[in-house]
Amino acid sequence: MNQQKPMIELRQIRKSYGSHEVLKGIDLVVPRGKIVSIIGPSGSGKSTLLRSINMLEETSSGEIWLDGQQVNRPLKGRVFEKHINHIRQEMGMVFQQFNLFPHLTVLQNIMIGPMRLKGLTKTAARDRANALLAKVGLADKGQAYPARLSGGQKQRVAIARALAMQPKVMLFDEATSALDPELVEEVNQVMKQLVSEHMTMLIVTHEMRFAAEVSDHVLFMDGGVVVEQGDPRQILSNPIEERTRVFLRKHLSN
Amino acid sequence: MSFDFSVVWSYSQLLLTGLLWTIFITVLAGSISILLGIVIATTTLYGSRIASLPMRGIIFLFMGTPLLLQLYLLYYGLSQVGIMLPAFWTGVIGLGLHYAAYNADIFQASLKAVDPGQMEAARSLGFSRGATRRYFIIPQAVLTALPQVGNNSIILLKDTAVLSVLGISELVLDAQRAISETYRPFEFYFTAALLYYVVNLAMEFMLSIAGRKTEEIR
Ligand SMILES: Nc1ncnc2c1ncn2[C@@H]1O[C@H](COP(=O)(O)OP(=O)(O)OP(=O)(O)O)[C@@H](O)[C@H]1O
Ligand SMILES: [Mg+2]
Repeated sequence: MNQQKPMIELRQIRKSYGSHEVLKGIDLVVPRGKIVSIIGPSGSGKSTLLRSINMLEETSSGEIWLDGQQVNRPLKGRVFEKHINHIRQEMGMVFQQFNLFPHLTVLQNIMIGPMRLKGLTKTAARDRANALLAKVGLADKGQAYPARLSGGQKQRVAIARALAMQPKVMLFDEATSALDPELVEEVNQVMKQLVSEHMTMLIVTHEMRFAAEVSDHVLFMDGGVVVEQGDPRQILSNPIEERTRVFLRKHLSN
Repeated sequence: MSFDFSVVWSYSQLLLTGLLWTIFITVLAGSISILLGIVIATTTLYGSRIASLPMRGIIFLFMGTPLLLQLYLLYYGLSQVGIMLPAFWTGVIGLGLHYAAYNADIFQASLKAVDPGQMEAARSLGFSRGATRRYFIIPQAVLTALPQVGNNSIILLKDTAVLSVLGISELVLDAQRAISETYRPFEFYFTAALLYYVVNLAMEFMLSIAGRKTEEIR
């Protein structure tokens, strides 16, 4: 693959809900193997931006590129559906609320994508799922239903489920926001492991310390625009923009 | 006059046959009501306007009018225009349609109640909208609907008695046959009532087992 091409590239992304424009021309680049974090106040459009990348949200204008393929190609109907379903397999997404499939066991949650979408045999899918469960430290939970798991365990299963599709990039939308404080670390550990394996990741987070630790690049969003971006240490300790300062003062103090 | 239940014993063969027919009708009509209920619910929610309109019609018609009237219409009404179904199948289909309408209503509500996050999670993995419904939304909705659909099936069991008016052999009609020979209405109706009750209990037991299974996923 072309090493020059960024894994994700967004050009002038705009998005409105009715007359309310929530993304006002966002440019963003996630280079291959790098970790980019997005921080910003509630309602600034972070989730909307992340969800636009795999087109869970439809954008009004702009271009979305994944590894040299345009995600939002101007296709129609079934052709578009086929295209987007294929593209989504290459992007893993992790949600704040986990969104595990409650009627399936942990193992089935992880196996169903590879089996139904990638044509893996049951045995191959199970082997892959077991390996991933071991990786996220839940080797003994395969037969459990999600309802029996703690929040931290659920989120680790959700990460394993996304990884089972062998995506090119992982998108995290506040993966630890819904967790009790004592469960945050176990999910962060799994994410750090992915960092060490050079997974390309785009992370929306409110955990400034974690962002500073793992990211190669940080963006601060407010009111639908990228106010400031750059090296995490610089952004988090010595921001230039006043809006960034105000936000960080509030968030680093508590 | 005193009651004499010994007479019931000599008709046990007839009553048990009636009971078996009642169970058979319940299983047939119950299956129709559940499968058709799912079809109606999914078409009205997900299907085209043209497909969903007749389905809405079925719900409106079969929930809004008495079962007895529906059976008369299906049996005598249709025969007037040359459509003659055997009484047994008229009864099974009529009962199935009647309860399909009720079940469709329940399935609709439980389909709508599935967390929208499920659709997003499945779509983000690359599942199409249709596959998402098939593998994730509909199975969850069916599990949620199970207790209420189970209750409907128990009510359906009791409503199989209405089919006796079409001359369909089942528990009530067979009890009546025995009564016409013995003039012992209390004994036979009471025994029939007991038998319904036993089947009812068995169904509730099965429901509670199914319910315990679905508790695991909550
Ligand atoms: N479905 C929707 N319909 C209308 N407005 C919406 C919808 N979803 C989001 N918005 C609005 O878009 C804006 C951006 O929302 P978004 O969820 O992207 O913010 P966020 O930065 O992720 O916030 P948070 O930190 O609270 O998660 C908000 O003003 C929100 O009210
Ligand atoms: Mg958000």
